[in-house]
Amino acid sequence: MNEISLHVLDIIQNSIKAGADLIVIVIEFDGERLTVTITDNGCGMDAETAARVTDPFVTSRTTRRVGLGIPLFKASAEATGGSLTVRSEKGVGTVVQAIFYYGHIDCPPLGSMTQTIVSQIVCHTDVDFAYSFVTPRGRMDFSTREVRQVLGDDVPLDTPEVVVWMRESIDNEINEIGGGSIQ
Amino acid sequence: MKSLKDLEEIRKKTLDSINMRKDEESTRVVIGMATCGIAAGARPVLLAFMDEIGKRNLQHVTVSQTGCIGMCKLEPIVEIFEPNKEKVTYVKMTPEKAVRVVNDHLVNNRIVTEYTIGNYEK
Ligand SMILES: Nc1ncnc2c1ncn2[C@@H]1O[C@H](COP(=O)(O)OP(=O)(O)OP(=O)(O)O)[C@@H](O)[C@H]1O
Ligand SMILES: [Mg+2]
Repeated sequence: MNEISLHVLDIIQNSIKAGADLIVIVIEFDGERLTVTITDNGCGMDAETAARVTDPFVTSRTTRRVGLGIPLFKASAEATGGSLTVRSEKGVGTVVQAIFYYGHIDCPPLGSMTQTIVSQIVCHTDVDFAYSFVTPRGRMDFSTREVRQVLGDDVPLDTPEVVVWMRESIDNEINEIGGGSIQ
Repeated sequence: MKSLKDLEEIRKKTLDSINMRKDEESTRVVIGMATCGIAAGARPVLLAFMDEIGKRNLQHVTVSQTGCIGMCKLEPIVEIFEPNKEKVTYVKMTPEKAVRVVNDHLVNNRIVTEYTIGNYEK
């Protein structure tokens, strides 16, 4: 995976598989560290599984014996001098947090977070997403709940005009806080 | 979220066509989105389908995704489900191929045989 935003896309798949109907994604850049946090209200894991999940031999999938998603994300963060942690509670949900040192030569670019978020909104119109982007100059907060409030029940989130609006408004607000140069 | 006013305009404009869309039987474009698919480039393929379907205004087509389809070497994989037709599986997809599949297959009803799985299994 050559973009952090692709790891995020992959971690979101775990949340979807876990039956989450709310997924919160936060990207924070402090000028040095880029912190990525994905929180869901899915089925969660027991303490033992959560502790072992960064080891590539833990998986619940049946087509292949090993899980790769979390171990790959962890390796990518650690290659920059950063770290990855998984906190989870059975029946409550899961938090995956990765810290990247963004100036490190081995740090992959963040890549298009907007594509990651908007594609997931379109493919899972029954799940709510909240997405925040924080830089030293300010923050952007986006939430499908607010969008749904305006659209009502009749206009779905995957309507092409709505998709274009979501992409543009997220990108514009991120550019205003200087996040465009990180994406 | 600042431009919610624009969104209200979009709601008003699209309401009528949405009601039409509900009555049609839908075609589903499903993209494999497990770690293997994502690493192989599934995201730009998904975006290309979304964009082209929007451009062509194909209101009866929905885009969704699934986990691992079980053939990691052939990712990105896209399956097309049309009412009363057999499923078509496209493999090793790219954004350029996606545009062609939308136009040939979804608009003009011609399966792009050279991108299908049958063509790779030979
Ligand atoms: N958000 C989550 N909620 C509940 N369980 C999770 C969550 N994330 C991971 N898990 C558990 O940890 C396992 C390992 O996850 P990981 O992403 O590393 O591999 P995978 O999803 O099994 O396979 P791959 O990502 O390679 O397609 C999962 O199979 C699942 O059992
Ligand atoms: Mg996974």
